[in-house]
Amino acid sequence: MTAFKVERATRESRAFAVVLVAVVVVLATLPYWGDSGTMRLVSEMAYYLALAQLWNLLAGYAGLVSVGQQAFVGIGGYTLFYLSSQFGVHPLFALALAAPVCVVMSLPMALLVFRLRGAYFAIGTWVLAEALQLCVSLITPLGAGSGMSLTPAIVREIAPDRAGREIIVYWISLAIVVAVCATVYLLLRSKHGLALTAIRDSERASESLGVDTYRTKLLIYVVTAAATGVVGAFIFLQKLRLSPEAGFSINDWTVVVIFMVVIGGIGTLEGPIIGMLVYFALREVLADYGTWYLILLGVVAVVIMLRAREGIWGLVAQRFNLHLFSVRRYLTR
Amino acid sequence: MNAVQIVIQGALLGGLYALFAIGLSLSFGIMRLVNIAHGDLIVLSAYVGLMVINATGMHPIASLVVVMPVMFCLGYLLQRGLLNQTLSGGLLPPLLVTFGLSVIIENVLLEAFGADNRRLQAGALETQSIAVGGIAIGVYPLIVFATAVAAIAGLQLLFYRTALGRAFRATSDDAETAELMGIDNRHLYGLGLAIAMIFTALAGVLMAIRTNFDPAAGPIRLIFAFEAVIIGGLGSLWGTLLGGMVLGIAQAIGAALSPTWQILAGHIAFLIILIVRPSGFFPRTRD
Amino acid sequence: MSLLQTRSLRAFYGDFQALFDIDVTVEEGDTIAVIGANGAGKTTFLRAIAGALPCADDMVIFDGQPIGGRTAHEIVRLGIAMVPEGRRLFPSLTVEENLLLGAHSGRTGAWTLARVYELFPMLADHRGRPATLLSGGQQQMTAIGRALMSNPRLLLCDELSLGLAPVVIRDIYARLSTITNEGMTLIIVEQDINRALDASARFYCFLEGRVALTAQSHGFDRTAITSAYFGV
Repeated sequence: MTAFKVERATRESRAFAVVLVAVVVVLATLPYWGDSGTMRLVSEMAYYLALAQLWNLLAGYAGLVSVGQQAFVGIGGYTLFYLSSQFGVHPLFALALAAPVCVVMSLPMALLVFRLRGAYFAIGTWVLAEALQLCVSLITPLGAGSGMSLTPAIVREIAPDRAGREIIVYWISLAIVVAVCATVYLLLRSKHGLALTAIRDSERASESLGVDTYRTKLLIYVVTAAATGVVGAFIFLQKLRLSPEAGFSINDWTVVVIFMVVIGGIGTLEGPIIGMLVYFALREVLADYGTWYLILLGVVAVVIMLRAREGIWGLVAQRFNLHLFSVRRYLTR
Repeated sequence: MNAVQIVIQGALLGGLYALFAIGLSLSFGIMRLVNIAHGDLIVLSAYVGLMVINATGMHPIASLVVVMPVMFCLGYLLQRGLLNQTLSGGLLPPLLVTFGLSVIIENVLLEAFGADNRRLQAGALETQSIAVGGIAIGVYPLIVFATAVAAIAGLQLLFYRTALGRAFRATSDDAETAELMGIDNRHLYGLGLAIAMIFTALAGVLMAIRTNFDPAAGPIRLIFAFEAVIIGGLGSLWGTLLGGMVLGIAQAIGAALSPTWQILAGHIAFLIILIVRPSGFFPRTRD
Repeated sequence: MSLLQTRSLRAFYGDFQALFDIDVTVEEGDTIAVIGANGAGKTTFLRAIAGALPCADDMVIFDGQPIGGRTAHEIVRLGIAMVPEGRRLFPSLTVEENLLLGAHSGRTGAWTLARVYELFPMLADHRGRPATLLSGGQQQMTAIGRALMSNPRLLLCDELSLGLAPVVIRDIYARLSTITNEGMTLIIVEQDINRALDASARFYCFLEGRVALTAQSHGFDRTAITSAYFGV
């Protein structure tokens, strides 16, 4: 009898992996041939991609549609600002500490919102984020309503000169997005990833097969929270200024991210990349049109959800049977 | 302001919150659709009222005669034209489509009306109060509360005493079998949102007399409606009134401290109920 | 002209084909039985006629009109009613409300609430109770009554005897004959072969989505059905 093998990679995914590595290497060398404006832009694209991959992991794979991830962006930001200014912690170390802080905070939050299902879960996460924002605006050591700033002294701890700081911050953004994408990718390749795909297809069926859906979802929620917190800390490391409104802004950190994932293709790893690129392209073109730009995004998202649920990448993948990230398993001889 | 006055004021505010929540409840009860754009539709109603008033000089409450039918038609068209298509296909489409809709409505309103705060002027009605047992109670809050009670009573009549109500309940139970019994689901869902929008319009105009509003005022209304529904228990309209009152009282207590505490107190009350009684005060035994 | 005719009826659940070229004819006033093992396509067949499952327009002809592409609620209006498998009564509604709901389509005729209570007197006793709190047999009667309230010309009965005690089944079929004596056309799907053949004039035996056998019911040799039923 012929033996069967389980393969993970396809010819396309191997080729894509090579391309990816090349892109990351090229981007890493940007400080040597690009200007600071370009570096800031790429950083912004990087952190939005990270947020998009994380939201996609939560909603597209674990089925947890959260409209409250901005809570962790804010928590991450405030962790950075508070620890570095009150306790003199080195800002980059404080940035890393955003992860454990978010883990600790996400557990009781999960306990609350996991009691809700579906769309009610979504609004519940939103309420939590709103409540956190209001709480923070009442806490004086956190700067209350007016917020906090990163003093020049703190900022100089990263690097003594401005150019050096820009380069280091830029490389951190690359490191973060690569780490986030790698984490999501490895998670999906693991048995947790298989569990997630099963849960996504049918929660009841997977439970009857022994998949612990509650724990799997909790794991994803906590991991996503931690990573979002680190990204949030980075965002405000770059902005140097943080207020409750900015830190917990649903428009900046959730609306845009959701649009990216939906338009690019929810439930795939390739989707958020496409979505992020589309968003930034549109932003360049429509920069002067303010509200019309958001209206257009809204209309596109609605049309995609109605007509092409798998987003732009979904259309491409179906048409060409293309899977660039090797998270699936193929049976071959 | 003494404690009794705070509680009464909060309880009456609950009437407005119940009105906010009715549309959301109906939508979920009949169509199993949670409309993320619900709060923005409340605000849209307020702007429609504003347009009617500016064009005709009517009193805000009189403008309801135009606003309610307009929103009724809009609701029917919205459900049949757009939202019906999201109903098959799981959790994501209704959520993300109504989310997109919410962003669209907010920004269209921003384009059309600008970001300024608005208010509908109802004249003397806004400040009148009557004395009951030595306590001054605002006439307007009393009217709003009475409207909420009348609305819920009317809806109970509709659902339990009419053929249409029977059809709604049957479709909510089992849409496929309802269709096999001769019910046109698509039309019924359209009517469902249309009726929900009547109350959304009512809520919008009544709110706009009481508070300032602007294009971004939608989301917080959705949250209040949602909190009232969860506190009261999914599936019970009278429960929603009670939920609204609990929310209103919590907020009134918080308001005594500061405006930030007002909203925060509401969130805290909601979160406590979520921990203690996740199914609310009057849960329906079936989902 | 037959009241109902299916021509090469094909039906799919997604990519899965459940019915292959089903040709069935039903004359007005007839009672036809559809028998077959689980998964043979009997319920799918009824659902296709009732409009719950899409199929091509001319695959189902009712009273000379092609109705295959119509929606379920339109088909009720045309005069076909279903007693679904498992009853599928509405839990939020009382017995009487379930019956009244059957009349939603607005078709008028001999079947009114009063007549349904005449046929099933025990339902009148329980009219105000939530329908799903009744016994299995009473629920089945409610489901039949609900379908009758739309004054159909063709009644589709899916597994009436499912989960019911023999004495109850006998009672229900006795009342069913009252309905057919007044000229109602019936298609009954049954797992109980004897019951199906006793109640019908002709029968069709389905196997894996195809018609394996069709004949007059009266006096037909049961053993001859076995190979058609099981495909051995």
